[in-house]
Amino acid sequence: MDLGPYILLATLEGSVTAAVLALTAIGLSLVFGVMRVVNVAHGEFFMLGAVLAWWVAHMVGAHPALGFAAALVVAPVLVGLVAVAADMTVLKRVDYDPERTIVATIGMLYIIQQITLMTYGPDARPVEPPFNSRLAIPWFEYSENGFQMYWPWGLSTTSYKLAVIAAAAVVLVGVWLLMARTKIGLLMRATQLDREMALAFGIPVERVYAIVFGIGAGLAALAAVLIVPIQQAHYLMGGDPLLLSFIVVIIGGLGSLPGTVIAAVLIGLSDGIISVFFSPTLAKILATLLVALVLVFRPEGLFGVKSR
Amino acid sequence: MTKDSTKTPAATTRRGALKTLAAGAGAASLPLWARYAQAQTSEPIRIGFQVHRTGIGAAYGRWYDRTTMAAAQLINESGGINGRMVEIVAEDDGTDPKRGAEVVEKFASQHNCDVGFGTLFSHVVIGSAPRAGELKLPYFVVSEGHHVASGMLNRYTLQPGITDVKSQVQAMAPFVSQNLGKKVTMIFPDFAFGHDHRDYFTAAIEAQGGEVLEHIAIPPTETTFTKYFPKIPRDTEVIYHVMVGPAVLTFVKELGEFFGPSRPEMFGFIDSLEAVDIASPGLEFLEGSYFWEGNPRYAQADQSEYDKLYRAAVGVDANGASVSDPKDISTYAHMFGCWETLHVIKAGMEASGYAGPGDRAKLIEAVESMTDMPHSIAHPQGAKLFNGKTHQVFGHQYISKVEGGKLVLQHTTSIEDTLYPDEVDYTTQPL
Amino acid sequence: MSATQKMIALHGGLLGLLFVLQFLLPAYHHGNLARVMVLASYAIGYNIMFGYTGLLSLGHALFFAAGMYGMGLAVNLGGVAPAPALIAGVLAGVVVSAALGLLALRTAGVAFMIVTLMFAQAGYLAVLYFGAYTRGDEGFVIQQAQRIMWGIDLSDPANRYFAAYALFAICLLLSLWVVQRPFGRVLVAIRENEERARMLGYDVFRHKLGAVVLSGTISAAAGAAYGLLFGYVGASFASVQYSIFPLLWVLLGGAGTVLGPFIGTLFMFYLIDLSSGLTSAYMLIAGVALVVLTLFAPQGLAGELRSRIWRWLP
Repeated sequence: MDLGPYILLATLEGSVTAAVLALTAIGLSLVFGVMRVVNVAHGEFFMLGAVLAWWVAHMVGAHPALGFAAALVVAPVLVGLVAVAADMTVLKRVDYDPERTIVATIGMLYIIQQITLMTYGPDARPVEPPFNSRLAIPWFEYSENGFQMYWPWGLSTTSYKLAVIAAAAVVLVGVWLLMARTKIGLLMRATQLDREMALAFGIPVERVYAIVFGIGAGLAALAAVLIVPIQQAHYLMGGDPLLLSFIVVIIGGLGSLPGTVIAAVLIGLSDGIISVFFSPTLAKILATLLVALVLVFRPEGLFGVKSR
Repeated sequence: MTKDSTKTPAATTRRGALKTLAAGAGAASLPLWARYAQAQTSEPIRIGFQVHRTGIGAAYGRWYDRTTMAAAQLINESGGINGRMVEIVAEDDGTDPKRGAEVVEKFASQHNCDVGFGTLFSHVVIGSAPRAGELKLPYFVVSEGHHVASGMLNRYTLQPGITDVKSQVQAMAPFVSQNLGKKVTMIFPDFAFGHDHRDYFTAAIEAQGGEVLEHIAIPPTETTFTKYFPKIPRDTEVIYHVMVGPAVLTFVKELGEFFGPSRPEMFGFIDSLEAVDIASPGLEFLEGSYFWEGNPRYAQADQSEYDKLYRAAVGVDANGASVSDPKDISTYAHMFGCWETLHVIKAGMEASGYAGPGDRAKLIEAVESMTDMPHSIAHPQGAKLFNGKTHQVFGHQYISKVEGGKLVLQHTTSIEDTLYPDEVDYTTQPL
Repeated sequence: MSATQKMIALHGGLLGLLFVLQFLLPAYHHGNLARVMVLASYAIGYNIMFGYTGLLSLGHALFFAAGMYGMGLAVNLGGVAPAPALIAGVLAGVVVSAALGLLALRTAGVAFMIVTLMFAQAGYLAVLYFGAYTRGDEGFVIQQAQRIMWGIDLSDPANRYFAAYALFAICLLLSLWVVQRPFGRVLVAIRENEERARMLGYDVFRHKLGAVVLSGTISAAAGAAYGLLFGYVGASFASVQYSIFPLLWVLLGGAGTVLGPFIGTLFMFYLIDLSSGLTSAYMLIAGVALVVLTLFAPQGLAGELRSRIWRWLP
């Protein structure tokens, strides 16, 4: 494929990655920003979302769109509730101590994975997309006859992939509205700024924490429901989203929601575009080193404010 | 450890199996002396079964488990080995080489197993085999890796029940170049298994007068693939694809979406769709494409008597799915290796008059002296030829075409197509 | 007894016990303990950075793998004898940890975690990328004939146990010695309050770098020993999982205690080994155990011991 169409294709693919990543990472970023804890089980909430989407779609069984729509609502809510329960039974009791939270969430990671393996099994199962048609994309080239439109081999996307990008954008706007325009958003921001002060003002910080943890997990689950018609639900699928959203949150600057979104777009696109120019594994190595070096030379992230 | 008791021959019904389990549990609760007093001479032969229950190999592990249990049951029903029952001692290796080595140690020195058996993933085999060699525990792997025949392992490690990648791959080249095209683009995972495909197929297709235009190595843990496909050159006649891991279905689907209505010929290793339903949404484009199969997943029109028996014993229907759940697709192209390996162990133990761990060396020598393994219920996949020097078995390979959403056998290679010169002579190593 | 005497008695006692155990243990546990001692050495290395200096790394597999591949490639490609190969592995650890330290120590906190994680991930992918030499994920075997050091066959159980014991004893005593020295005390000061340590005039960066290199070198020594003693070198040891393990072992055993890494490693090893005997869902048991321990023994096993009974525990 020529360079131009190839880059366009890589950009499209990267945008889908970026959209899903932004949703997953924004969940982690909320938890991180407000609660100041690292949730290692975040990827497992993502995986649970995908697996539950499969269950729901299968139980509904009717037209794929119906099952998918049901999953879109049910899976994030259920996962959110699981997370709230985990927060109240475990995280609250370790007092949100950073190190203990890491170990406790690693424990949760094992528990969730194993329970999924025992109930759902080791297979990767597909959920049928509500709609999916292949859209070939034209390209222009300049020849002796002037500009010409033609259809490069393989340059295409699917309607569902475009819908994922749109849906992610809508949800992100929703999260922003939630944070900026609602009372609970205000409480979250107040808790994020100064926990002690929030407590002093009578904000039920513990309840805010539980809600934030639930919303964070729910967003990861939602991202998973969106991606599961493209990829499949598998009990080990949580590892990659965890690593990537971790990176995105740090690069974006801790707890900064706009930064997180921009970082997700950057990482998603660069992953696609670097792979145009290098052999695949080398591209992965370079992309990984790039992230590390960005942090080495800008430890507060690209969009973070220098604290301290 | 989960002991799957197959001590007493049981009926094939589920209730029968439950009764057996209960009886086993009852026996286990007897005091030690009582158990052994009544079974002095009929102490079971204990076969350590290293199984991928967790980790990335779990989808394979589950079917390896079912096949092994079915084979053990059949062996026990027909009188066991040298009059002794077979007991499968299963232990999860987490698809991890470190845990795999620990499990082998456990078989040898904790569970007092007679032999170890069963691993699939190459890194687990290579991580475990040195320990098996040191502990002098005969270690029968079912991995299809080239590691055994390459000489990397040791005298105690054998692969008598499944052919290796090198022989499979080189046997495909004549068919591909004669029927599909000579300009090939290969897509494979960027790790050792994929590199074996790259190296051996490239050499074999060049020997046939063809060429590989491009090697596209996909990094492991990748979940999206479309971005790599534009590297496929325009003049490609055949796509050769092989992929493993949980993302295989995404891989094949995206390949279809990429090409749309105008795809080149496609030849894949069924690994790309092992444990996946060919009729999954998005796979329609595979119609008319070709696959290597270790053992045809769909019961063919001229299905052999042995395949019929084997299929029924393991609980697989004519579409290669579990009889109890048509959505549960088996790893049919690989799992026969467990069945055949257990039968080789039985044949080896009978030939050597195996009586206990003291006879392990004799068992190795007995297996090494095997050559022809005729098509039979012990070898339902087909006849085989065992090479005692390289510890590797050779056999027929199958090429199927997707027709009407099913895999239909098109071509069976001869065993000669799969042979290559020896790279090692394990029999020169001390026992 | 004074605190110092108690300390000597306790650690000497552990080493003595481990020495005697090799004559008493049945074969299976004998082999396990050899394994645990090598892995515990890895955890001791980790503990120097995490427990004593407060630097949480998520990339220690890079050091472990540097040692393992430094040793393994020297043997396999260079045809080097085990002793110089071990030294090659340790040197690889020194070089890699110094390079990583110089870069990563520009960051702190969570950014430090990510940077170490990323470098380790790049290292893991590099092992796969250079599959022509490393055999990628499949790895390669160190043959028995290549494992004879000064005429001692390291694949023999007794020799293996003794080699693992020697490595463990050196690492344990080294870490005990370091934390008693001014250097170690400055590390603890940095962990407790970096600003204050700086104001007191300590060169914080150099101390941290020293901790990273020491930690990386011990980890690399453990990696090299693991490959040599158990005869296998493979990419899975460079994966994220093996960066998480030492963190878990140290946290379970008690971060910032000399004995903690050993206790944590031993506990985790047998937790998985025994529970996998009961059920195939042993990860579930491990997960529950982790959650329960964080709830009821937040400072790890040795840490709880220190805060409740033995206040003098180093």
